[in-house]
Amino acid sequence: MGEIDELQKKAREIRKHIIKMLGEAGSGHPGGSLSAADIVAALYFHEMRLDPDRPEWPERDRFILSKGHAAPVLYAALAERGFFPVEELMTLRKLGSRLQGHPDMRKLPGVEMSTGSLGQGLSAANGMALAGRLDERNYRVYVMLGDGELDEGMVWEAAMAAAHYKLDNLAAFVDHNGFQIDGPIAEVMSPEPVSDKWRAFGWHVININGHDIGQILGALAEAKNIKGKPTMIVAETIKGKGVSFMENQVGWHGVAPKPDEVQRALAELG
Amino acid sequence: MSKKIATREAYGEALLQLGRENPDIVALDADLAKSTKSYDFGKTFPERFFDMGVAEQNMIGTAAGLAAAGKIPFCSSFAIFASGRAFEQVRNSVAYTRLNVKIGASHAGITVGEDGGSHASVEDIAIMRVLPNMTVFVPADAVETVGAVRAAAAIDGPVYIRLGRSAVPVLHKEGFQFEPGKAVVLREGKDATIVATGIMVAAALEAAEQLESKGIRIGVLDVHTIKPIDVEAIVNAARKTGAVVTAEEHSIIGGLGGAVAEVLAEHCPIPLKRVGIPDQFGESGAPAELLEKNGMTPRHLIAAIEEIITKKG
Ligand SMILES: Cc1ncc(C[n+]2csc(CCOP(=O)(O)OP(=O)(O)O)c2C)c(N)n1
Repeated sequence: MGEIDELQKKAREIRKHIIKMLGEAGSGHPGGSLSAADIVAALYFHEMRLDPDRPEWPERDRFILSKGHAAPVLYAALAERGFFPVEELMTLRKLGSRLQGHPDMRKLPGVEMSTGSLGQGLSAANGMALAGRLDERNYRVYVMLGDGELDEGMVWEAAMAAAHYKLDNLAAFVDHNGFQIDGPIAEVMSPEPVSDKWRAFGWHVININGHDIGQILGALAEAKNIKGKPTMIVAETIKGKGVSFMENQVGWHGVAPKPDEVQRALAELG
Repeated sequence: MSKKIATREAYGEALLQLGRENPDIVALDADLAKSTKSYDFGKTFPERFFDMGVAEQNMIGTAAGLAAAGKIPFCSSFAIFASGRAFEQVRNSVAYTRLNVKIGASHAGITVGEDGGSHASVEDIAIMRVLPNMTVFVPADAVETVGAVRAAAAIDGPVYIRLGRSAVPVLHKEGFQFEPGKAVVLREGKDATIVATGIMVAAALEAAEQLESKGIRIGVLDVHTIKPIDVEAIVNAARKTGAVVTAEEHSIIGGLGGAVAEVLAEHCPIPLKRVGIPDQFGESGAPAELLEKNGMTPRHLIAAIEEIITKKG
């Protein structure tokens, strides 16, 4: 089996974990977790230099899930990568769990930054990228934002700063699934034209299909070769991807599947 | 008491000195480096200084990332913007994460003066001290400021240091030991205690001296650490003197007065009077005029003492 097949398989495993975790938790955010699964799989199982036995290893690459409500996709990847037992995924959102409703860096190894309040992740990523440069370490910093999250003014403060400080050790993704909570981004508060905006802010912009592993890997490779500016990978995705009855349904932003829906979803994911 | 230095000046010098001693110290500013006094650090260590432009939220968020990667960032801005504009970044990216970020908040209170109410933070102590994991220092003079900056660097976690624009008397001698969380008994009293913080410590000392000549013995407790508050020192002073006046350059709601009221109500309920900015915003004027108008001079403290002494049981 080729690497792309392997990564597709990982992404499928991650999607199945997402459905099971959310079903067990009874609350949480499936739509934006599923849309990000292929990118997160590519990062954790191809791209990033990590050592699950040494989560604090100073040379590790960092990933910040700025759209922290998609925590299940991060937790599933961390568990599959060996940061904690896969069984622990079933404790999501329960009292005493290390798997908080939104990622908590003080509770769970592998979580680089606590997120959940939208708009803050890129700034933290910039700080890590600046520190890496000061310390002459060659780790890379990755961050994922939602397209609705782009409404936050702070994102654009950080966009300006990353280009100003020429943070070429940083690459960001926009999970461009077209939806936020109150509806399609085009109707609620359009951030378009997304790619032009990042380009205008001084970023190198790559447009990909965010469910095509080959394109994701290609973009990550290209980002590494860009010098003197940060890279934004605008990934076209489908909210709820992989579960037919969730795809492009705004109602599945923040509602957990019921037991029968879990079964249907798992059957589809195979 | 002849020499006068603004606490922001002392902050800038202390930060520079820390930078010389520890290569992990980095500084960020939001286009106010000449006012907050982080400028000299920036000139001396340009590679470790990041001007973030007029973008306080991103400054705090970036500092969180720097701290997560092992740096000790000092973020400087005006108190109103560091605590207000960036409140939720301080709350979620710094306090909730317990990251090692220091906030040097200058131009606090009404002595910001002519810039007026939009710039005079009357609420920053309240909104910083309510945050779990946050340490809050309000130094009274240049010597305490140096101590506070050094203590902040030594603490592993978020620290808010409140600084003033205007020159204030140097109260402490060189060699004064700043102990985080330990209030300083500047004067032993018998009849009442002024519990003061920041620039109001000097006013408290002056009031106590004047009352001494009338035969009234007033203690002065200098609370440079608002959080964690020194419960023991406050309760001791309260037990000994039976009445407390608080003095701060902050709203009487939620700041030192609020913190002392909480301590006394639970541990030693005695008559308490809060002197500070009444529940209102600042306005333009010379600092001395504003202190007068808001009822925050030694004369006002004396009136508060004379009033509260009559309420003692
Ligand atoms: C500062 C802030 N405001 C509001 C929310 C509530 N909220 C959670 S998700 C969301 C919509 C996010 O949309 P998007 O970034 O497109 O995420 P995705 O569609 O990928 O899930 C909102 C408003 C929040 N978490 N943080």
